[in-house]
Amino acid sequence: MINLETPDYLASMRSSMNNLAAGVLRPIARKYDAAEHEYPAELDMFRGMQILGRPKKKKADAPKPDGGNGKPKKGINLSTVATIEEMCWGDAGLLLSIPNAGLGNAAIAAVATDEQLERFGGKWAAMAITEPGSGSDSGSITTTARRDGGEWVLNGEKIFVTCADRCDIVVVWATVDRSAGKSGIKSFIVEKGTPGFKLEHLEHKLGIRASDTGTFVLDECRIPFDNILGSAEVKKDTEGFKGVMKTFDNTRPMVASMATGIARASLDFTREKLDESGATIDYKRNLNNVGSLEKDFYLMEAHLEAMRLLVWRAAWMADTEQFNNVEASMAKAKAGRQGTLITQKCCELLGPLGFSKEHLAEKWMRDSKIMDIFEGTGQIQHLIIARNVLEMSGKDLK
Amino acid sequence: MICFACSEEQTLMKETAAKLVQGAIADAAHQMDETGRIPDDAVRKFRELGTLLAAIPEEYGGYGMGNSPIMNSIILEELAAGDMGFAIAATLPALFLMPVMDCGTDAQKARHLADFAADPDGACGTLAINEPRFRFDPYDLATTAVRKNGSYILNGTKCFVPLAETARRIMIAAALDGTNGLFIVDRNNPGLTVGAREKNLGLNSLATHPITLTDCEIPADDRLGGDAGCDYDRLLQRTWTAIAAIGTGICRASYEYAKNYAKEREQFGEAIASRQSIAFMIAEMAYEVDAMRLMTWKAASALEAGRDAQREAYLARIYAGEMAMKLTDYGVQVLGGHGYIREHPVERYYRNGRGIAILEGMAIA
Repeated sequence: MINLETPDYLASMRSSMNNLAAGVLRPIARKYDAAEHEYPAELDMFRGMQILGRPKKKKADAPKPDGGNGKPKKGINLSTVATIEEMCWGDAGLLLSIPNAGLGNAAIAAVATDEQLERFGGKWAAMAITEPGSGSDSGSITTTARRDGGEWVLNGEKIFVTCADRCDIVVVWATVDRSAGKSGIKSFIVEKGTPGFKLEHLEHKLGIRASDTGTFVLDECRIPFDNILGSAEVKKDTEGFKGVMKTFDNTRPMVASMATGIARASLDFTREKLDESGATIDYKRNLNNVGSLEKDFYLMEAHLEAMRLLVWRAAWMADTEQFNNVEASMAKAKAGRQGTLITQKCCELLGPLGFSKEHLAEKWMRDSKIMDIFEGTGQIQHLIIARNVLEMSGKDLK
Repeated sequence: MICFACSEEQTLMKETAAKLVQGAIADAAHQMDETGRIPDDAVRKFRELGTLLAAIPEEYGGYGMGNSPIMNSIILEELAAGDMGFAIAATLPALFLMPVMDCGTDAQKARHLADFAADPDGACGTLAINEPRFRFDPYDLATTAVRKNGSYILNGTKCFVPLAETARRIMIAAALDGTNGLFIVDRNNPGLTVGAREKNLGLNSLATHPITLTDCEIPADDRLGGDAGCDYDRLLQRTWTAIAAIGTGICRASYEYAKNYAKEREQFGEAIASRQSIAFMIAEMAYEVDAMRLMTWKAASALEAGRDAQREAYLARIYAGEMAMKLTDYGVQVLGGHGYIREHPVERYYRNGRGIAILEGMAIA
């Protein structure tokens, strides 16, 4: 039965997460925007906390994840996106810097064997997919993994790796058979310090500067055979690759929720200034009879609500074990773009306050832009949605 | 617990309404728009579902099953996906009776609810909120009510009053001592004049009329809620949620038509849907229609929980107002020149879509 009232447990969780974000993240947001790449030591307090529903090390006698009672905690996707929104209201760059909560951790949680979880479950895992010549077209990657006895030998270059400096391990996408196309793409766990695995440099970015985005070079890098995630077999179909892409169904609503959190921060600050100026926000006013600033504000708040509802729906579907591929893309398409627009508009409405580094509004505008880019650009999301609703293949709708 | 999926009961009602629209409205909607007439048969078929009777308490002759703003929103979306005028006409008695149920005195409930229950097909009431003026705002009414002896005297002008000519009673929104109230006026009251049917941009299937109130005197007992007055905020919240549901229905219809057209229409040797310029508009329509619906359901959920839905209903309505225009515009654009021809429904959705941000009090959730 339709019921979109926020449950009490979620409301109180949001409120305590907001306190945490306001108390810990917001006060150091500017500091680490300025001190790009410096590790935010204040975040060490999160090391022991299970803040993003990442996997704990499995006990030997724990039930399998696919066994009845070994299912993930109830409502984990919804509470995760709600947490992310609050944390990003505090600071998005810092959220991305929270220890042991990298995208690689999500991939490991999804497909690792018990033995791999034992070895890597407690480590901070980054994700390396993008290459200089392979962005949205992640099926075209050229990093190779060659089998040599009991080892894999990796060669290639990976860019835009989040948490590149601070992570312990990196989940690297590589092809074991280029002639097999997407079916040949597998993911491998590479530990920092492995010979032939080098962090080449860190990027200087428009926003989320607290996050250490970097480039890795793999040069005859040898890793144990067991470091492959999933099966080493190259199948005829692309089911394996599709399986990897499925991770995005969980992570895209998370990114969309990041956009929602940043946009809300911008709106809250703008509202504060509107209040101070004597313009009260009153959900009764006809839009024809309010000032231009207020009209923009009301409409942005409506868009923010739409963003959040699309995110929550996608997360709720994941929680109720429904296939949410298109809904995840809808959330990402809407929130990524709208968050960008809201943070831009808030700076405009704030005038000089929106251009000065005295305030965070300019930073939110820079931070938000990445949300329409990583985990699939807005254009890729539109493609996924369009192909789905039009029932057209990638060949018919390029 | 939070839930984004329909229950069996909700799905059944949604499918029933959709089937009714498919059978009685879908093929007729164009003709209805051209001739300005909604088939009585279609309205009767909807009324036979008894959705309003179900909400009326047993003591007044209903089934006493309670009112569900969420269910009402689901139904309104389906009906409006067929035709906006039909959605308003079919559910019209609710627009008059729901405020009575919410805020009426015992005597008012006994009179109006029982009247309806005794003859559900008979002429009922309608609601008059809109006023024909620049900067109109339902919270800043120019129509006034003044207390005089044992009566109220009403003065003012209203517009877009649905089916005013055939209504037995008209509920008038008017300002009284700095507050907003609702006043029930008999259609035959000598102080009330129903003007000639209006000619509007859209909503052509539905007869709407202007109303003039000239020193229109009504007994004090006909003020909704008696001396205590009514919960005008809640009435607007419920009508805003309803108009958002109707906007969702119109946009969904435009989206589905444009989507199917884009797959069939070939240019340059392939379906126009195979071009991103078209496909991306379709994708945007898909998720914005969903967003409109979720916003509507969010407001309806708050109403259903019995809590103040001021923020949610307001946001759902202004979002629907924005999107109804944007998406129905896309619908016409995807069809190009053909979208401009009245044989295709997208131009009707476009004209009707303009009403979502403008019209007040046309339906209730």
